[in-house]
Amino acid sequence: MTLLIGSIQLGLLYAIMALGIYITFRILNLPDLTVDGSFSLGMACAAVATISGHPFLALFIAIIAGALAGLATGLLHTKLSIHPILAGILVMTGLYTVNLAIMGGKGNLSVVGSKTVFSMIESMTVAQGGMGKTLLALSICLIAIVILSIAFKTRFGLAIRATGDNEDMVRLSSINANVSKCIALSTGNACVALSGALICQYQMFSDVGSGSGMVIIGLASVIIGETVFGRRSVTIGLISAAFGSILYRIILAFALKIDMFPAYALKLISAVIVIIALSGPSIQAIIQQNKIRREVNSHLDIK
Amino acid sequence: MKKLVVLLLVFMMGLTTLSGCASKSETANKKVFKIGIVQPMDHPSLNQIRETIISELQAQGMGDKVEIITKNANGDMNLLPSIMQELLNDKVDMIVPIATPAAQAAMASTKTVPIVFSAISNPVAAGLVTSFAETNGNITGVSNSIPIEDIFKLANTITPKAKTFGFVYNSSEINSTSGIAVAKAYCDKNGLKYKEATITATADLQQAASSLVDQVDAFFTPNDNTVASAMAIYVKVATDAKLPIYAGADSMVKDGALATVGIDYTKLGKQTAAMITRIVNGQTIKENHVEQVAEYANMININTANKLGITISDELKKNFVILGQ
Repeated sequence: MTLLIGSIQLGLLYAIMALGIYITFRILNLPDLTVDGSFSLGMACAAVATISGHPFLALFIAIIAGALAGLATGLLHTKLSIHPILAGILVMTGLYTVNLAIMGGKGNLSVVGSKTVFSMIESMTVAQGGMGKTLLALSICLIAIVILSIAFKTRFGLAIRATGDNEDMVRLSSINANVSKCIALSTGNACVALSGALICQYQMFSDVGSGSGMVIIGLASVIIGETVFGRRSVTIGLISAAFGSILYRIILAFALKIDMFPAYALKLISAVIVIIALSGPSIQAIIQQNKIRREVNSHLDIK
Repeated sequence: MKKLVVLLLVFMMGLTTLSGCASKSETANKKVFKIGIVQPMDHPSLNQIRETIISELQAQGMGDKVEIITKNANGDMNLLPSIMQELLNDKVDMIVPIATPAAQAAMASTKTVPIVFSAISNPVAAGLVTSFAETNGNITGVSNSIPIEDIFKLANTITPKAKTFGFVYNSSEINSTSGIAVAKAYCDKNGLKYKEATITATADLQQAASSLVDQVDAFFTPNDNTVASAMAIYVKVATDAKLPIYAGADSMVKDGALATVGIDYTKLGKQTAAMITRIVNGQTIKENHVEQVAEYANMININTANKLGITISDELKKNFVILGQ
């Protein structure tokens, strides 16, 4: 039970990162690798601000820092015409030093004993068993989804979506595609950094290496969500990304619970579970196709 | 554009060659023994070792004879080979790697410059030396193999009811896996059960520890650097479930694990500094076999004990180093 609740809480907090990745990878259709750096950036900013006694401000600082990181990638890509993947890698690499500098040259910072948003909600609510934490994570995640889905329905939001769909058309309609890209990258990385900040306060430490592999986790969440919900409107897309993140954590929890294999088999087991989860629609499609083929064949036989 | 880039690169290459010349002539004038201390990450125990080595060298009157360069990979293991290369370019006379990944990188980088390692739990398993008594290469140092069996004996004294242990560790750290192998052998021999949960990064720790809480009576983690970096969340999961953590390093007990039979890292640093001094003064690597750290101590975190509702008798307290007050 502890594992399940813990997994859902983690899933909700990482969901905000999945939203950010959904914005860049799916809406803007741009592979953004800044994420590994901006996640740690969020953690680092949050850790320092939390230790100095500002747990709420910590989250806002993280959002702004993340947005700036995204903007850096956007500018490198649009102004200097650097390939987006390389631009992301460059910013991510540079952020490693920035993150160390923020944490005062230390690779690992503990926030134990400082007030965090989670410790505050725990002390305020009477409910036991981490209910307060789950609700807080859930409400932050919901607020993020609502704000983002409204934002992507505004005129400017539509321009960003159009940029992802067909950049040439957008340019011909005399919309500045570069601005759309920069704003979308900033928004995406702001979400990622917020997620990092929340994870920092939740797990009570910030580690400069924690960001590595986050792109993959986020992308897996987005795609798992899409497998379940299908690719539809932006709002459903955002919800499915968040849902995918929770599902990913539950899958991981499952993999941890399987005792049949040696302990080092964990990564392979979780990969296999994800493959099984993702193969659902394809298998369904194959069955459907075979069914149609058989029907057609039987029709032909009759003739 | 391309031409500009090429010009810039040539300019930068020129600069690096020039700076190389500068540092060379400097050392020739001073004639000091250059020592490069390398640690793979920022970590309380490793920092303590580094600081002790430096202060101990000063205390032994080596302050004027040696020049110390400290390097830290800040958790990026891929950086270690470049750091070693940089030190070699800098013409260091000795490399002092702290912890296994640094020592392995040092060994891979040079076959001639003397290497004196510190804080390696199992130098033979890590492939640094073939045995403790054979130091025919350019490498020796001080090993701190963790007295794993003593930790389980201690666990039996503090929480005799704990019969199933949860092993939480990073499967890619050789110091952890070799510690876990000893722990498994001990458990098998003494009728204790164990469950494992492995991690590869700090981000996995919470779920890994949570997956074990309802199946085990206590946690055990060897001197695992990744787990040590994320103790806060590990301790929270364990304390919420009222389970004690027995750890393989005193820094982990300081951060909230219940107890350990640990190494005093100050002593480890002093022992390493003594070996460095001997080699600087002319002894060879061959004369200095790999040493084991000489002293161990029982350590307990009294805050954690209180939180878990474990009372420690005054008699037992006398034998412990009390942490966390």
